[in-house]
Amino acid sequence: MTKLLSVNNLSVHFSTGSGMVKAVDHISYELNAGETLGIVGESGCGKSVSALSLLRLIPNPPGKIVNGEILFEGKDLLKAGKEEICDIRGNKIAMIFQEPMTSLNPVLSIGQQVREPLMVHRQMKKKQAAAEAVNALKKVHIPDSGKRVSDYPHQFSGGMRQRAMIAMGLTCAPKIIIADEPTTALDVTIQAQLLTLMKQLTLETGAALIIITHNLGIIARYADRVNVMYAGRIVEKASAADLYKHPKHPYTIGLMASVPKLDQDVKTRLQPIEGQPPDLADLPEGCAFHPRCRYRIEQCCAEAPQLRNISDEHEIACWVDVK
Amino acid sequence: MSNKENNNLLEVNGVSKFFPVHGGFIFKRKLGDIKAVDRVSFHIKRGETLGLVGESGCGKTTTGRLILNLEQATRGTIKFDGKDITHLRKKENQALKRQMQVIFQDPFGSLNPRMTVREIVGQPLIIHRMTTGKGEYLDKIDHLLEIVGLNPGMGDRYPHEFSGGQRQRVGIARAISLKPEFIVCDEPVSALDVSIQAQIINLLEELQEEFGLTYLFIAHDLAVVRHISDRIAVMYLGNIVEVASRADLYKYPKHPYTRGLLSAVPIPDPEVEAKREQFVIKGEVPSLMNPPEGCKFHPRCPRAIPICQERPPLLLEQGDAGHWAACHNI
Repeated sequence: MTKLLSVNNLSVHFSTGSGMVKAVDHISYELNAGETLGIVGESGCGKSVSALSLLRLIPNPPGKIVNGEILFEGKDLLKAGKEEICDIRGNKIAMIFQEPMTSLNPVLSIGQQVREPLMVHRQMKKKQAAAEAVNALKKVHIPDSGKRVSDYPHQFSGGMRQRAMIAMGLTCAPKIIIADEPTTALDVTIQAQLLTLMKQLTLETGAALIIITHNLGIIARYADRVNVMYAGRIVEKASAADLYKHPKHPYTIGLMASVPKLDQDVKTRLQPIEGQPPDLADLPEGCAFHPRCRYRIEQCCAEAPQLRNISDEHEIACWVDVK
Repeated sequence: MSNKENNNLLEVNGVSKFFPVHGGFIFKRKLGDIKAVDRVSFHIKRGETLGLVGESGCGKTTTGRLILNLEQATRGTIKFDGKDITHLRKKENQALKRQMQVIFQDPFGSLNPRMTVREIVGQPLIIHRMTTGKGEYLDKIDHLLEIVGLNPGMGDRYPHEFSGGQRQRVGIARAISLKPEFIVCDEPVSALDVSIQAQIINLLEELQEEFGLTYLFIAHDLAVVRHISDRIAVMYLGNIVEVASRADLYKYPKHPYTRGLLSAVPIPDPEVEAKREQFVIKGEVPSLMNPPEGCKFHPRCPRAIPICQERPPLLLEQGDAGHWAACHNI
């Protein structure tokens, strides 16, 4: 497998009223061509920020990428000039955003928005791009796409808007597609349709897919490898099969035990993770998870653990070896 | 008044709720009705949890609001504890509220930001004159906060100082303050983080055991509903399409919509996922203004037969006792 993207030591800080917030803190990961990487974590764990920084979409101020490098095709995206990065956005790396309701421009027709990347990046003429847009909509199963292409976003349902977003993201055949909570706002039957469609389309084009979500089920169904994030750091990295079979970080173990599963038989009590997710402006000393951790030892309160290998392609950031 | 022989705490019979839609500029013409809830019938036994699932716009929240008398039914009757509560006068309605409470979805919007937590939890006690003196009032509130796992010392704080999970605990304390028999839980965990959801679900289960509560648990997350409910009703476009015990519904779903819904929910285990049979529902949910003729699900149904386009199916008992489904082709 060829390495497509590598993120090294990336840190993103936000200055807020209550002080400096380390939204993303020294994270490193790699992405190979053709694979699906899942980034899972709860709200505020830095999963969206880490994805936005790949395309340098962090609003500055208040946010700032303070450290690290993002290597894509041998180039550091953090050092790229404005024109270079514009050339990559939507062309080589595409993003599918969280809310199809607010991410589309309400005063432009769907067709105009889908053909825009083609005209910008492929220098297509309007007519040709418009024909391509109809094709793109057809690919994401929008019925009667020849007519619907001139509709405006408010005439589309939520699921169709998200389809249009996917069509937009895929028109330029990007190498990497980042899907940030792509289906959270949608109903489950539509969710399943769209994720399956996205996975299928990426398999056809050989693109790599990054799915960002808080839903462990979606990761299990679609991802090959998984990064688990907590309070701005990656706490566990593993292949999906390995992660669900042998979760090793106490946070991952806790998450798995706390979600009800559809295939469980008996009415057993769930085992929640005690306590609250931490305030990023006021993180505890040492490991950020230690106040909620059942396995903590003295060291956890003093020093933050780094990621370490525990087996092939399975890393955790924890001082303890949980049996 | 109470009907001890009859074990059903709540009976909903053929209840419909239509919202009129008006158009036009000056003379608002009536364009039609949104049939949010359409001839829905079910019952809930004492001490039981009935889960109500369905996708957005299927009428599950409206059903909850009809039971709480926050909405007036267009037709049909609702009986609570053997008494007809469909149309009540204000005084009767207030008395009913002592037995029937609600926990809302949004822990941010459902607490008054200008009241302290103590005032929020204590307000029902004052409105319903359930307290005799200031000392007792404060003791009661401290006790309630303790029951839901909050430190009574935090009673003087305002809602914005609490996290989502803690706010939901405040909402629960308020709901149980009058010692109700029945609580409508309207998506109580869907706004919370995954690791917090389990805390709230466990709390609801503990309270049910301790106080013998009866729940109507409304949610769209099938895994959560399956975990907490004894019986489950599935709604689609204002109709109940299937009712069954928890085990039956998940093991032997009869209605094609239920099967699709179950199949759409991923299980957090890649091995199980790889082996699962996929039953994909195509298309999108139609508009409630203009629902399909016959069975409302037929345009999306992989097992539709000609009769589905003509006549709406009735909710009938299928095979096992207590397993009801509305489908022509089972």
